[in-house]
Amino acid sequence: MIIYFQKAVRDLRANLFLNTVTVITIALSVLIFSAFMLFFVNADGFLRHWIADMRIMVYLKPGVQPETVDRMKSRIENLPGVRKAEFISKSRAMDRFRDQLKRQSSLLDGLRENPLPESFEVRMDITARGWRNIEPVAREIESLNGVEEVEYGQQWVGRFIHVLNLIRVAGYALGGMFFGAAVFFVANTVRLVLYSRRDEVEIMRLVGASEGFVKDPFYIQNLIMGTLGGLLGITILYFGYRFIAANVAAELSTVSFQLIFLPFRISLGILLGSMFVGWLGCFISLRQFLKT
Amino acid sequence: MEVFEKPSAIIQMFHVSKRYSAKAALVDISLEVADNEFVFVSGPSGAGKTTLLRLLYMGETATTGQIVVDGLNLSRIARRRVPFLRRKFGIIFQDYRLIPSRSVFDNIALVVEAVGTKRQLIRKTVMSLLRTVGMEERWRALPLSLSGGEQQRVAVARAIAGDPKIIVADEPTSSLDHDSAEIILNLLKQYHQRGATVMIATHDTELIRSTGGRVILLKEGRVDAAAHLPAGTS
Ligand SMILES: Nc1ncnc2c1ncn2[C@@H]1O[C@H](COP(=O)(O)OP(=O)(O)O)[C@@H](O)[C@H]1O
Ligand SMILES: [Mg+2]
Repeated sequence: MIIYFQKAVRDLRANLFLNTVTVITIALSVLIFSAFMLFFVNADGFLRHWIADMRIMVYLKPGVQPETVDRMKSRIENLPGVRKAEFISKSRAMDRFRDQLKRQSSLLDGLRENPLPESFEVRMDITARGWRNIEPVAREIESLNGVEEVEYGQQWVGRFIHVLNLIRVAGYALGGMFFGAAVFFVANTVRLVLYSRRDEVEIMRLVGASEGFVKDPFYIQNLIMGTLGGLLGITILYFGYRFIAANVAAELSTVSFQLIFLPFRISLGILLGSMFVGWLGCFISLRQFLKT
Repeated sequence: MEVFEKPSAIIQMFHVSKRYSAKAALVDISLEVADNEFVFVSGPSGAGKTTLLRLLYMGETATTGQIVVDGLNLSRIARRRVPFLRRKFGIIFQDYRLIPSRSVFDNIALVVEAVGTKRQLIRKTVMSLLRTVGMEERWRALPLSLSGGEQQRVAVARAIAGDPKIIVADEPTSSLDHDSAEIILNLLKQYHQRGATVMIATHDTELIRSTGGRVILLKEGRVDAAAHLPAGTS
C-alpha cells in the first residue's frame, strides 16, 4: 500500500503540468459548487432567523368570553404550521405598549380606559413550510368568530423562498454540470497519461501483471488529485467567505444574524464528492482503454 | 521392446484458424509442443509466425479452434485469469520493447514486482537477473543508451524474471549482429536447459541450422508438413 502511494506520487510528479491543471479544474468545480452550498446554508439560516421572528397578530372583538378565548386558542394552535398561539390580554398589551414607548410612556397615564384590544400572537413553525402556510392560516383565523382583524406582514418572505428555490435548482443544475465537466476532464487526463504510457501498460499486461497492479496506481493518483482539488476549492471558498464576512456582511447584518461557513458535514461531503470525481474519471478512462 | 515415454505436451493447437477482417493469417493449424522442447517457428514474412505466437499468450484470440497451454483451454479462460496464463510466458520481441523512460533496473523491477515478489527481494532479484544476462553493470542506464544486443539482453532478463515455463521469442535476433545474436541464443538455450520450453519465430534459416531443434514451418498460414523433419543436425 505504501509502495503504491510512493509510486503514485512519483507518477504525479512525472506529469506535473497535466496533473496540476486537473487539480485546478477539480478545485474550480468544487469552489463553484460549494459557493452555492454556502449561499444556501446562509440563506436558510437567514430565513429561519426571520421566520422565528414572524407572527400573525389576531385582534379580537371587544367583549369576547374567556371560554371562547380558550377555544380559539386551541383551534388556532391546531392549524397546520402553527407553533404557538399566545393570548395577550388588554393589560399585557398595555404593558408592552408602555415598554415600547419607554420615556414617553407617561403620556398613557392620562388614559381613563385601556383602548387596546385583546389579541393572539401566533407564531409559525421555524421552517420554510411553516412560512408557506402563513397565508391560508391567516385567512382561516380571520373567519373565526370573535376575530376583528388579522395582521401579518412580510409577504416578500414567500417570494424570497420561491426565488431561493429557483436558485437552488439552478445551483444543482450548475453543480451537476461542473461535476460532469470535472469527471470529463479527469477522464481525459487519465487517457492522455495512459496514452503516453501505453508501452509500459502493455508490457505490464503481457507479463501477467494483475488488473489491480496496472490500475491501482491510476486510481490512487486520481484519488489524491481529487482530494487536493477538493481541499483547494474549499480553502479558497473559506478565504472568500472570511473576506465577505469581514467586509460586506458587517453592513448587512443589522439584525442579529451571523454568516456561517459550511458545516463540517457538508465540507466533508464535498471533499468525498471531489474524490469521487477523481475515481469516476479514472474508472471511465481505464474501462475504455483496457477493454482488450 | 522399447519403452517410449512420450513427453507431455505443454502446448496443443487443434484446427486453429485466425482471420483478420480481410484475410486469413492462420488456417487450420494443429500442432503440439512438448514440455521443455526447443522449437523454431519458421517461414517467410507474412506466413503467420507472429500471429501464432500471439495466440498462445492471448495477445490475440483464435477465430476458430482450440488452444491448450499447460492444461489451460484458452477459449474457456475467464478474463481475469488471463494474467495467470501470461505468467507462464516470457515474451521477447524483435524490437526489445523496453520502456525508454525507465532505467534498465526499473524495466525489470516492473515485472519482478508485477509477479508478486516480496518488496525486500526485488532489488536482489533484479540484480541477479541482470547478472545472468551480463548486464549488471548497466543497471542504471536508460535503454536507448545501450546497443541493440544489450537491449535484447535486458529484454531476456525481463522475460525470465517471472520464471516462466515457456519462452516465446519473435525474431529475437533479426535486428542484431552475429555476435549479439549468438549471445541471445545462448541465453535462451541456457534457460531451456533449466527446464523451460522455448519457441522462437524466425525467418533466418541459417540461425536454425546452426542451433538445431524442431522446426514448424509455416507457409501462407498453414503448417508445411514437409518441415516436420529435424532441420539440420549440427
Ligand atoms: N493486426 C493485424 N491486422 C490485420 N492483418 C494482420 C494483422 N497482423 C497480421 N496480419 C496479417 O496476417 C498475416 C500473418 O502475419 P504475421 O503473423 O505477422 O506473419 P509473420 O510474423 O510470419 O511475418 C500477414 O498477411 C499479415 O498482413
Ligand atoms: Mg512476424
